[in-house]
Amino acid sequence: MAKLNINGATRDVQVEDSTPLLWVIREQVGLIGTKYGCGVAQCGACSVHLNGEVVRSCSILVSSIKPTDKIVTIEGLSRDSSHPVQKAWAALDVPQCGYCQSGQIMAATALLAKKPQPTDADIDAAMTNICRCGTYQRIRAAVHMAADMSKKA
Amino acid sequence: MTTTTTNLSRRKFIVGSAAAGGGLALGIPFPFGVGEAAAQGTPGVEINAWVVVRPDDTCVVRIARSEMGQGTLTGLAQLVAEELECDWKKIATEHVFPGQNLAHKRVWGEMATGGSRGIRTSQDYVRRGGAAARIMLVQAAADQWKVPAAELTVSDGVITHTTSGRKITYGKVAEAAAKLTPPDPKSIQLKDPKNWKVAGKPMKRLDTADKLNGSKMYAIDVKLPGMLLAAVKRCPVHGGKLTSYDEAKVSSMPGVKRVVKVHDDAVAVVADTWWRAKTALDALPIAWDEGAGGSQSSATIAERLKEGLTAGDVFADTNIGDAPKAIAGAAKKIEAVYSTPFLAHATMEPMNCTALVNEGKVEVWTATQSAEGSLAAACEEAGVPLANGEVHKLDLGGGFGRRGGTQDYTRQAVAIAKQFPGTPVKLIWSREEDQAHDFYRPISQCKMSAGLDQNGKLVGLHIRVSGQSINAQLNPGAIKEGKDSRQLQGLWKEPGDAQFGYSVPNLQIEYAMRNTHVRVGPWRGVNTNQNGVYLECFMEEAARAAGADSLEFRRSMMQGYPKHLAVLNAVAEKAGWGKPLPAGVHRGIAQFMGYGSYSAAVAEVSVSKEGKVKVHRMVLGVNCGHVVNPDQVAAQVEGSAAYGLSAVFYGEMSVERGRMVELNFHNYQILRLAEMPKVETVLVPTYDFWGGVGEPTICVVAPSVMNAIYAATGKPVRSLPLKNVKLV
Repeated sequence: MAKLNINGATRDVQVEDSTPLLWVIREQVGLIGTKYGCGVAQCGACSVHLNGEVVRSCSILVSSIKPTDKIVTIEGLSRDSSHPVQKAWAALDVPQCGYCQSGQIMAATALLAKKPQPTDADIDAAMTNICRCGTYQRIRAAVHMAADMSKKA
Repeated sequence: MTTTTTNLSRRKFIVGSAAAGGGLALGIPFPFGVGEAAAQGTPGVEINAWVVVRPDDTCVVRIARSEMGQGTLTGLAQLVAEELECDWKKIATEHVFPGQNLAHKRVWGEMATGGSRGIRTSQDYVRRGGAAARIMLVQAAADQWKVPAAELTVSDGVITHTTSGRKITYGKVAEAAAKLTPPDPKSIQLKDPKNWKVAGKPMKRLDTADKLNGSKMYAIDVKLPGMLLAAVKRCPVHGGKLTSYDEAKVSSMPGVKRVVKVHDDAVAVVADTWWRAKTALDALPIAWDEGAGGSQSSATIAERLKEGLTAGDVFADTNIGDAPKAIAGAAKKIEAVYSTPFLAHATMEPMNCTALVNEGKVEVWTATQSAEGSLAAACEEAGVPLANGEVHKLDLGGGFGRRGGTQDYTRQAVAIAKQFPGTPVKLIWSREEDQAHDFYRPISQCKMSAGLDQNGKLVGLHIRVSGQSINAQLNPGAIKEGKDSRQLQGLWKEPGDAQFGYSVPNLQIEYAMRNTHVRVGPWRGVNTNQNGVYLECFMEEAARAAGADSLEFRRSMMQGYPKHLAVLNAVAEKAGWGKPLPAGVHRGIAQFMGYGSYSAAVAEVSVSKEGKVKVHRMVLGVNCGHVVNPDQVAAQVEGSAAYGLSAVFYGEMSVERGRMVELNFHNYQILRLAEMPKVETVLVPTYDFWGGVGEPTICVVAPSVMNAIYAATGKPVRSLPLKNVKLV
C-alpha cells in the first residue's frame, strides 16, 4: 500500500514495498508513457521528475516515496504538448521509433528548469539517456531550440 | 479494415480505462475480434486498396510495411499523396494487418520490412495506387459535370473545371468514384520525380505527435480486459533444454497464477502484473540441460574461426586472374587479419507480445518487421489455420533486424496463452532475457592479403572471410551446393545491390563457413558491416604501403565503378579532404555498397595521449537513387552513425560457459549523446534506380573511424570494439 502524488493527483496503490516506481506507474496507475528499457538505471527510458529532479524510476522503490513527494510523468508535463521542449522536438522531428523519447524529454525539461540556457557541455552532462535509433544530434539541437523559445517567450 | 478512427478510439479506451480503473474490464465488447475490425467501419469511402477518402476530404493512406522509426510510413504516404494530388495537410494513415492482406489475396503485397526494402520495393505499386485513385476521383467529377475528364485539373484534393469555373473536393465525389471501374495500373503514367511536390520534399513525419506526450501505444503497452502478464526464462545456453523447475517455491508469491513450460527450453511465470511475474521467476529454482554449447567460449569460437582463415573447404565467390600467384610475385606484400564480434540489436523496447488463444482462433498484438511471419508463427503455434489468426500490428520500439522472420517471442507468447484459453497474456522479456536470446550479428574474422607492384599499384588481392552464416540458421535453402554468398555481402561482383567497387587484376574472394551454437541473424546493415571494415581498413593499409593518398589510391581503382566513385568524391569534397585540420585531428575515409545504395564517409578523429578516441565530425554520403524525404534520409544517416559508432566503441557479445555475457547496458554500452559527432549528410541521388536508406550507410562508419585512428596513431586497428584495443 502506498500513497503517491502523480501529475497532481493523489493515488492509493496496492503493491509490495519492493516494487520499483516504474512498474507502479505502468501497471497500477496505468500511465504507459514511462518506459521499461533496462531496469538498472542505465538507459533512462523510465525517467520521471521527482520533486523537480529527473530520476530513473526503474530503480526507485515505491516504499521510498513519501505521499508529499511530487511525481511528474511525461503525461503530466503539459496539457497539450505545449512545453517548449515538446515543441522543439516536434519542430526538428527528433523521434524515430520514439520509445526512449519520453525519457529524453523528461531529462531535457529537468535540465532546462535548472539551466535555462545550457551549453553543449551542460547538455552532454545531463542528457545521458540511451537512444538506439541515434537521434542525439537532433536532441542536442532541440534542447538549444527549446532554450531559445523560452528566452523569447 | 481498421482505421485511424477505430484505432484512436480503441487506444483511448485502452489507455483511458487503464488510467481510470487500473485496467479493469469495463464490460466493453472485446476489441479487435477476428473479422470484427472490418465491420467496425469508418466514415470514409474506399477508393481502392491504398486510399480511403472521408467526407471532410481527409485522405487515408493504407500502409502495409512496418514503421520502426525509419520513417517508411511517412515516405510511403508521400509517394501515394504525390500521385493522388491530395492535400498533404489532410493526410492520415492506417495499418493493414496480415490477416486482412491474406483475406484480400495479398492486395497490399509484401508486408515484411527489412533489407531497407520498405520503400524501394513498394514505391511502384503504391504510386500506381495513388494515381489510380486520383483518376477515379477526377472521372467521378467529370461524370457529375458531364464534361470530359481531360478538361479537369486537380490540386490539393480540389478538382477544377477551368472553363466553367466549377470546383469540387475529393470528399464530395468519393462515393461515386468508388463505384467506377479502376484503370489498368499498367496504363498509368507516373510523374517524373522532377515534378514532385510532396514526394522528394522534407515533409514532417506523420507519426511524431504521440511520441512527445506519452500517448503512443507500443506493443509493450497493450492492455486488454482480464489480461495476465508473463515473464520468461529460456535456457541461457543456446540449444540447451529445460530439465525441471520447482513451482511450489513461488506459487504463493503475490499475484502468481501459474508457472508454465514454454516449448522444451523455457519456463514462464504468469501473474497479475509483470513485476510480480518477474519477481517470482527470479526466485524460481530451474534446472537446465545445457547441451553441447555449454562448453563453448569466446576463445573456442575464435579458434574455430581462425582455422577457417586457411582451411581448404571454401568457395571462391570471385576469382579473377590468379591472386595468390600475383601476390607471391609482387614487389611488396602485405597481410592482415581482422576480427569483429557477435553484436546484439538491443532495441529500446524489449521483445514482447500479447496473445489470445480461444476456440480455434489466435490473435496477437505485437511489434513485428514481418507481420505475415508473425501470423504464420502464431497460427502454427496455436495449431489453427491462417484464416483463424490475426496480428494487430503496433509500431516498433526499434527493429534493426531483430523483429523479422524469426518471431521467437511471438511463438513463446502463443505457447503460453494456449495454456490460458480465453485469457489474453502479455509476455515481456526482461532486458537480460533480450540480450541473452538475440539473433546476433554473426561473428567473423578475415584474412586479407595483397601485392603491390613497384609503382604502388594493387596487382593482387585475396580476401578470406571465416565466420558464422546467417543462412545456415535461418534460411538453409539459400545455401546452394555449400555456397553461401550472403556472408560476402558488399563483395559481390554482380551490380545493383552490394557490389565490390574496385578493379583489381587478380582478385580472389572466398568464405569459409564456421558456425557456432549461438543464434545469429540480420543486424542493421548485416554483413556489409563486417565486410566494409575488412575491405576498407585493408585498403587503407594498402594505400599506406603504397605511399599513396588514401583517396587517390581508391580513385585509381574505381574508374569502372562510377556510382561508387561519385559518392566517394562527394564526401571528400564536402569534408575538405587534403585541407588542413586542427592540431591532433585526423581523417579517415571509406566507401562501400549495400541495399542497392552507394555510401561513403569521412571521419575526423583525435586520439588522446591516454588512447581515448573522440570522433569530432562525420561526413556521410549516400546515393540511394531516389530521395523521397531528404530530412528523413538524413535522420537515417545520423542514426546509422550512432548505431555504427556503438559497435566501434563498445559492441561485443562474448561467450563464457556457453552463455552470453553482456546482459544489460552496464556492460553492453551504447553510444551516448556526449559521444555523438557532428554528422553531415550528403545526398547525391541520381534518380535512375531505387536504393535503400535505413541500412546502407552503417558499413562505412566503422572503417572511416578506424582509418582515422590509423592516421592518428600510425597503427592499424584490426579488431573491434575499441574498448578491447590498446591504441597507445
